[in-house]
Amino acid sequence: MIALLLRDLRLAVRAGGGFGLGLAFFLIVTVLIPFGVGPETGLLSRIAPGILWIGALLACLLSLDRIFALDWEDGSLDLLATAPLPMEGIVTIKALAHWITTGLPLVLAAPALGVLLSLPPSGYLWVLVSLALGTPALSVIGTFGAALTVGLKRGGLLLSILVLPLYVPTLIFGAEVARRGAEGLAVQTPLLMLAGISFGTLALLPFASAAVLRINLR
Amino acid sequence: MSIWEYANPVKFIRTTDRILPWVSVAAVLCLVTGLVWGYFFTPDDYRQGATVKIIYLHVPSALMAINAWIMMLVASLIWIIRRHHVSALAARAAAPVGATFTIIALATGALWGQPMWGTWWAWDPRLTSFLILFLFYLGYMALWSAIENDDTAADLTSILCLVGSVFALLSRYAVLFWNQGLHQGASLSMDKEENVADVFWYPLLVCIAGFVLLFVALVFLRTQTEIRARRSRALLAREGRT
Repeated sequence: MIALLLRDLRLAVRAGGGFGLGLAFFLIVTVLIPFGVGPETGLLSRIAPGILWIGALLACLLSLDRIFALDWEDGSLDLLATAPLPMEGIVTIKALAHWITTGLPLVLAAPALGVLLSLPPSGYLWVLVSLALGTPALSVIGTFGAALTVGLKRGGLLLSILVLPLYVPTLIFGAEVARRGAEGLAVQTPLLMLAGISFGTLALLPFASAAVLRINLR
Repeated sequence: MSIWEYANPVKFIRTTDRILPWVSVAAVLCLVTGLVWGYFFTPDDYRQGATVKIIYLHVPSALMAINAWIMMLVASLIWIIRRHHVSALAARAAAPVGATFTIIALATGALWGQPMWGTWWAWDPRLTSFLILFLFYLGYMALWSAIENDDTAADLTSILCLVGSVFALLSRYAVLFWNQGLHQGASLSMDKEENVADVFWYPLLVCIAGFVLLFVALVFLRTQTEIRARRSRALLAREGRT
């Protein structure tokens, strides 16, 4: 499993695109928002947590179809399926690799982009914490969507239609943590819910993703 | 005699052919009775005026929008566990009907909300959950139409339906937490003191029955169509080979 993880990470780094693209997209989205709503500082700092969350979510979404697509095309997914590794393990590792290459850089970049959006000082910690807790759920849910659409030619758009509704609870609780944190309110309840969603999906959803992948490889 | 006999498509078509006219007629009768009764023979509400009559479309369609999803969930489970094709096709047939009910509920809700709350739309938990439910219907139908192999499509959509149900429930509670509502709570429960007055209640009950029957009739009809379409495709494929 660790070998598979290392292989995926190495591919992501050397093939290019994986690391930088999501991050660049995140940057562009957050830069575009002020153009759309105006540069007024008060408004921006109020909506900054939400923007950061939506930007991270979209950047995550953008890179989902790469989770299985390359392995599907060159057939290494079939090899992995016949390997002694259980399919659930493969799916979990794939989600983890996606999180490390996409989610983690987003989490680390978010405070820097918060500066651009004049995020209140109290918000930095909570934006960081909520994204760090929430992005694994985004990766795991996204892996499920990617497994659903792996064999399809025009899977990209369908993937977003399938995955975005599934992102709703994570987004609600994650953005709520960031917003409450930025306004200096108590964050415990949404934080616990967010953690619950993350660990719950991490524990249960790989079984669904593995089942779906098995059907698609049939 | 067990319910699984109807997993046989021929048997299913024969039985539903016999039931379908009755269900359709009953649905039309109930809908006409309920709507005419509701629209012309009930008094206006003392505060809401005539707009209260939207209830005869709004409540039944909202009810059926949720029930259609539950029916799809059960049908998907039956497909995954027992692999009866009729079940998968019934789930597929129910999805557009459920989506339409969801739209009707949202549209009538907007029409009702405008005079009552002064807004077409509010990010109220109930409204938002319905919008999310509609998105789930869209994704489900899109997945069905995107995959060519019938069995693969049935398998994938069934699993999507199961996972989607869990996430739909999660979203329901997430939006409850997220925003306070304008929409009233349940007012049709059996065990509560404060319910809709009887004058409105009886025609509403007839309308709900009409919508249920309409749903059953549409699902039967659409399932038959799906079975026949698949059969004709199989025949065409066989001719092409020989």
